Amino acid sequence: MSMLVSIFAAASVLAGAFFFIAGTLGLLRFGDTLSRVHALTKADNLGLGLIVLGLLPLADSLADALKLLVIWALVLLGGTTAAQLVAGAVRREQEPPS
Amino acid sequence: MTAWLLDLPLALGLFGAGAATLLARSLFGAVLGFISTGLIAALVWVRLEAPDVALTEAVIGAAATSVIILYVASRMSAGAVAPAPPPIAQRLLAGALSVLLAALLAHALQELPDPAPSLAAPILETMVPTGLGNPVTAVLMAQRALDTLLESAVLVFAVFAIWSMAPERRWGRAPGPAFIAEAQGPLAFLAKVLPPIGIVIGIYIAWVGADAPGGKFQGGAVLAAMWVLPWIAGLIAPPSISDMRLRLAIAAGPLVFLMVGLAGFAVADGFLAYPPGFAKPLILLIETAMTLSVAAALACMIAGPPERRAQP
Amino acid sequence: MTAITPFALAAAGLVGLGLYGMLAQSSVLRKVIAFNLLGIGVFLVFGVAARRGAAAGLPADPVPQAMVITGLVVAFAATALALVLTLRLHQTTGAVTLAEDPAPPTKPDAPTA
Repeated sequence: MSMLVSIFAAASVLAGAFFFIAGTLGLLRFGDTLSRVHALTKADNLGLGLIVLGLLPLADSLADALKLLVIWALVLLGGTTAAQLVAGAVRREQEPPS
Repeated sequence: MTAWLLDLPLALGLFGAGAATLLARSLFGAVLGFISTGLIAALVWVRLEAPDVALTEAVIGAAATSVIILYVASRMSAGAVAPAPPPIAQRLLAGALSVLLAALLAHALQELPDPAPSLAAPILETMVPTGLGNPVTAVLMAQRALDTLLESAVLVFAVFAIWSMAPERRWGRAPGPAFIAEAQGPLAFLAKVLPPIGIVIGIYIAWVGADAPGGKFQGGAVLAAMWVLPWIAGLIAPPSISDMRLRLAIAAGPLVFLMVGLAGFAVADGFLAYPPGFAKPLILLIETAMTLSVAAALACMIAGPPERRAQP
Repeated sequence: MTAITPFALAAAGLVGLGLYGMLAQSSVLRKVIAFNLLGIGVFLVFGVAARRGAAAGLPADPVPQAMVITGLVVAFAATALALVLTLRLHQTTGAVTLAEDPAPPTKPDAPTA
């Protein structure tokens, strides 16, 4: 049983790390700001979600597990807002004020 | 071996991010480099088994410092040309001096005595009567309480100094430039959704500091962010700098700390001595006042002196 | 087992980088950033010393850790003050460095945009 849990946790965390690396590559390699924001938020939200999912069965208590979920939710909220703000700034730059 | 697998990339990343900060061509690039350096440093603190410091580094060293640097940089970069670098001779000399200092420091760290001296055992012994479970908090509040008292006074004076930079006729206004509200924007949304959660988390971090990683500085900084966010979103106006309630909030921490310290003469062995059996409640009282003061002082430092309305 | 760790080297390196940045850059704002880099390095030197002081079941000596926490907060206060001074210098003279001759002062609190 614990063997299965360990394998699940390791696989999930590794998959999460893969998304982080993919998102970082996108941030560094993509040409324009909007694609970069897209790569970063998509990959990081999913990556952190997978890492949290992998860590959940390893949590010592229910409170610890809840804290992990809260961290994920807060990062989602922060990342989403930041992405919207960056995208808004890009649009304001492209559209000359009329 | 596995330790090196983690530590070596982290150390390289830390130095690399620091170097990128210096080499960045634009000011904005330098700020991004600095943010990265601060966040990697927070991870290094975790690897150094210092979670209290890691939290402080992440929230104050990396986040709050970067916010104010980015804010000032964005206001100074409008139409600014990069200034000419100093003469090559000065840069060469600076480089030589820096390499020498770094080499000497590395040598000194190499030559540290073995076994290393440590105050861990005496701290653990003397923290028992305080009833605290976190040795770092015990050092801050009991063994080295004088340092923390003086530091809390530094925050008050820093706010004084920043406010005194305000132009004469702006004195008495709210700190910082006035921000224009965008009722429908994502920032306004965040400023409505986040503070209720953030305030709970800030108080929680300050509260668990007695027994677990956390404390008044880390929690107070989170509270400060939750206060500044609605200002930036233009949802609420910050209080005027001549508002006595704001001033009292900023001074509450050092005042309570000082009063408890002076009371030590009457009821215990001297300045900043806690009477036996009352250490934990008194420390909690100071911590509560300090959390409030750290939050108010940091918020005022982030906002800056009163100014005219921000240019859109 | 060597005595020196990667973190000790990185800390020493950051102190060097910070010092170079403070001496060899002319923009005041970049000097402030370099000052903070130097600070991260100095604090990490304390962290390395604290980690070496692991004893009595604690993974690190708590005294240097407490000093770094106070240090971080004071460094933030110093940075905030330095930034306000830099911004006011820029607002009143238009200067971004301390090296050049200041431009004739404009009206205080003039808009910068």
